[in-house]
Amino acid sequence: MTIHFVVHDEGDSVGVAVVEGVKAGDQLTGWIMDQDKTISFKAISDIPIGHKLAIKPLKANDTAIKYGVDIGRVVAPIAEGEHVHVHNLKTKRW
Amino acid sequence: MDLSNQTFWGYRRQNGRVGVRNHVIILPVDDLSNAACEAVANNIKGAMAIPHPYGRLQFGADLDLHFSTLIGTGCNPNVAGVIVIGIEDQWAKKVADGIAATGKPVEYFGIELHGDHDTIMRASKMAKCFVQEASALVREECSIQDLWVSTKCGESDTTSGCAGNPSVGNAYDKFYEQGMTLLFGETTEITGGEHLVAARCRTPQIRDQFMAMFNRYQDVVNQHKTSDLSDSQPTKGNIAGGLTTIEEKALGNIQKIGKKCLVDGVLDKAEVPTGPGLWFMDSSSAAAEMVTLCAASGFAVHLFPTGQCNVIGNPILPVVKICGNPRTVRTMKEHIDVDVSGLLRREINMDQAGDMVAEMTLRTANGRLTNAEVLGHREFVLTRLYESA
Repeated sequence: MTIHFVVHDEGDSVGVAVVEGVKAGDQLTGWIMDQDKTISFKAISDIPIGHKLAIKPLKANDTAIKYGVDIGRVVAPIAEGEHVHVHNLKTKRW
Repeated sequence: MDLSNQTFWGYRRQNGRVGVRNHVIILPVDDLSNAACEAVANNIKGAMAIPHPYGRLQFGADLDLHFSTLIGTGCNPNVAGVIVIGIEDQWAKKVADGIAATGKPVEYFGIELHGDHDTIMRASKMAKCFVQEASALVREECSIQDLWVSTKCGESDTTSGCAGNPSVGNAYDKFYEQGMTLLFGETTEITGGEHLVAARCRTPQIRDQFMAMFNRYQDVVNQHKTSDLSDSQPTKGNIAGGLTTIEEKALGNIQKIGKKCLVDGVLDKAEVPTGPGLWFMDSSSAAAEMVTLCAASGFAVHLFPTGQCNVIGNPILPVVKICGNPRTVRTMKEHIDVDVSGLLRREINMDQAGDMVAEMTLRTANGRLTNAEVLGHREFVLTRLYESA
């Protein structure tokens, strides 16, 4: 089975595309590494390889979780399957 | 992979340390002496000049770090012999004396009162002797405990945290069990994961020392920043690769120290560990600065996981590139020594990826040239602490 994205921990809010050419509307298979489970998601944005997609809906000021840990503050609402990057997630440091 | 009783073939130096390369280096004390050093290296095949832009009017801790980095580079067991050249001979002697403590061949030259021509001639004659002496040395079988391994990642992306870095971490856990001497650092790139590193410190005292180093570096960032650093940390390459925040980058970064090893001590820049275990070095996160410091601390093989592919190497420390990004492995394959992209296709597991890293570490130690070595990457970058006097 082709893995399109990976998630570190099942508590995470984001996964990472690990194949090239993910397009909006694609049905994706994700692998949750820590729990060794697979999940299925539909991309609603194009996701370049290495970029993140939300696997949970996020609101402004929510904390995004990856590796089970805080990776920053959400600054614009993010739907499931949407691209998560510098336009909607910012550092809480510095 | 069972590493107990594992051996490798290395060069045992006069002080007992084991190197995996046999370089004769021509080391300038200062920027002015680069030309003479390069001329000597051009005359004598098998000698390598290590030019750099500093060494004048430095003072205090910044000067101390300059000397400890140069002396540490000369002391590194991957180096068989050293010619030191400075514009004048007092600081050249200071560097040479520091290196001579290892017992390896070292000689120094000052350019003043002689000029470049005479200095180059005398230094070339000495370098010729050193190269021939070094060429007669024979590798001997050494225990894996004698191998010092450092790590620092670069031009990371999200695959670094999923694949490249935890592969190194898996190898580190295996090396640690064997009582090897291991290093990590990159103080700013732990931001967001500092609590996780602190929790891995062996004693409360080491934890306090680590947090003091971490907080000092945060103060430097806070004092000088003009933004949230989103233009430089994460780098443009990190962001192109999908990393969004320093916290995300840091959590990927610290995958390199595995799941089991404890932090057994902290080191200042270019400081040499005093025993086996995992050491944290307070250091820049810029690749060439950090790897130069690893070399100066005496490490013999460097593991460098990358996502978007930083092409860095080092003159004396072989830099092994590990990559899990299938696009990078395809587009920049001449730089990648260990391809762990199979992890992201579930073709291999983390234990197998760690074995691949461990195996390449040993092959590199036995003499296999890394891609960075073959491609001529010799980035030598001295860390500066502040302005010159």
